[in-house]
Amino acid sequence: MSDSIVSLQGVHKKFGKNTVVRDMNLDILEGEFLTLLGPSGCGKTTTLRMIAGFEETSAGSITVQGESVENKEPYQRDVNTVFQNYALFPHMTVFNNVAYGLTIRKVPKDEIASRVGAMIELVQLKGYESRKPDELSGGQKQRVAIARALINNPKVLLLDEPLGALDLKLRKQMQVELKRLQKRLGITFVYVTHDQEEALTMSDRIAVMREGVIEQLGTPTDIYDYPRTRFVAGFIGESNLFDGTVKGVEDGILQVKTEAGNLLVSGRNFEVGERLHISIRPEYVEFSKEPVEGFDVPGRVKDFIYMGTVVKTAVDLKNGQEIKYSRFEQDQTIRANDSIYLYWKPARAVAIKWGAIEEERYEEEK
Amino acid sequence: MKKKNRLPALAMAGPVSVWMILFVTIPMFFIIFISFMSRGIFGDVVYDPSMESYLTLLDSTYFNVISKSLKVAAFTTLACLGLGYPFAYYIAKRPKDQAAKYITLIMIPFWTNTLMRLNSWLLLFQTSGPVNNFLQNSGITDAPVRFVYTDELVALGMVTSMLPFAVLPMYSSIEKLNKSLLEASADLGADAKTTFQKITLPLTFPGIFSAIILVFIPSLGVYTVPDMLGGGKVLYIGNIIKNQFGMIRNWPLGAALSCLLIAITGLLIFLYTRFTSIEEMEVV
Repeated sequence: MSDSIVSLQGVHKKFGKNTVVRDMNLDILEGEFLTLLGPSGCGKTTTLRMIAGFEETSAGSITVQGESVENKEPYQRDVNTVFQNYALFPHMTVFNNVAYGLTIRKVPKDEIASRVGAMIELVQLKGYESRKPDELSGGQKQRVAIARALINNPKVLLLDEPLGALDLKLRKQMQVELKRLQKRLGITFVYVTHDQEEALTMSDRIAVMREGVIEQLGTPTDIYDYPRTRFVAGFIGESNLFDGTVKGVEDGILQVKTEAGNLLVSGRNFEVGERLHISIRPEYVEFSKEPVEGFDVPGRVKDFIYMGTVVKTAVDLKNGQEIKYSRFEQDQTIRANDSIYLYWKPARAVAIKWGAIEEERYEEEK
Repeated sequence: MKKKNRLPALAMAGPVSVWMILFVTIPMFFIIFISFMSRGIFGDVVYDPSMESYLTLLDSTYFNVISKSLKVAAFTTLACLGLGYPFAYYIAKRPKDQAAKYITLIMIPFWTNTLMRLNSWLLLFQTSGPVNNFLQNSGITDAPVRFVYTDELVALGMVTSMLPFAVLPMYSSIEKLNKSLLEASADLGADAKTTFQKITLPLTFPGIFSAIILVFIPSLGVYTVPDMLGGGKVLYIGNIIKNQFGMIRNWPLGAALSCLLIAITGLLIFLYTRFTSIEEMEVV
């Protein structure tokens, strides 16, 4: 791709016997906000560290702006990192922390002063220049870390769970600020997080990783609405998942038999007899007191969970599975222990291929 | 309520406080007191206030001994830092279990009796000892080299016995150093040398300073090493003090010399406390 700024080709990483990243191919586009999302141990941080140069690849190649960085030390690479726990230099003031990259490059003193001043203003830390890191709050430390990484005008900014240590409210605020900053500066951000909500809020594209493999790469909407694997469906947002077998196909609608009952889902390229997963978001699940045609998913209302903006209803299905649906308001016509029938618009549910690796993993889980 | 809270504090800190006052503070004040008294004809202490002992210290003989002691202590300290820092750095970067083994190796000298260790040195280095035999047999030297009772052997012995005191505090401060700070420095464009100068060295300075104090002060006052490896012929503050309280029986002079040591120590500790603010900042 011509406008890719960082490119990973067949990148493999092993720590001893453990493979942490497997055969990864990823093109990061110029100016985009790309998030590597996954549970801990999925290889997302390792991937970031390989781009920064803190880890060597076991196989494959990484290029930045078309140039291989294989033989470049971290200090020779045109990328900068915002570290998970800020990694601010404790013996230096805010000013000197931010100025560090310029001091190393022997930039003239007055230029340092003006550039650092502008950067400190950009991250809204004016007046804090002479403080030491331990005199700052978590959010302020975070800003210093970002300013320090941006001062070198990197082509790519790598962020390793930068908001992980902040409380929820500050985190939300910083998410918005970071996103705005990225848009304003037009720098490519590669962002690592395990927080799917954060990824959905901030990213242009998300790479969902699991066990060293990118399971799905796409825009937040793509990933939320059309998860391609069972893992992605379960990891991103909340989802009700079923495993089933295709019993019939009609006009792009699959009739599926599951342990919870028969249901409908829209899906292409599925054949009768094929196994599959079905994912349906809580907001799309409907219920009725009478059976609905094509569906036979009876359940018993378990309880209502008040979440602030929505009310979730937990329903026990006949196979013991629990399924949740959400509404803005609690429906007064049903109560706990009522028998109801669940259904949805087939187009709202997603049919997911029963992949080979998927099968293996699923069997392991069982 | 208040009384209840005070009892444990007293019970916990009380015994040590009493112990320290009885066996450290009072004797120390006694030494200071004696240093201002005079010596009787029979080597006893006459309680007659006098500055004589301190004036004696200005005598060139003592002045030379003091400056020589300071030089040897400074050499020992520098040698311990020079040898100890790279070693401490090396073990701090090993996996934990390996580091523990190295630390144990460093600690072994602590577990052997000093006199025994120094005596074995005398045997090794004497004119007809293994070291000289080896040097002659391998043709490096023609005649036996005189090692024992020289300043050089004293210095070597000092460095050997003080090295652990230098390695341990430096190891602990290097080990505490957050690896991501070094990565951040590299990430911002600093090569290994610059990172060492700008990040590693300043942040491990508290460890270096502890090492200086732990090595310099005992080196200044130690008398076993110069007594044995120097044969008592090489004079340092340590063995002079020992002699004043022993054979020569000039307690006021010995006390004055001790006070000088205490003053130097106090100065170093004062400097140390001025640097501890850096150490506090290390935790981020």
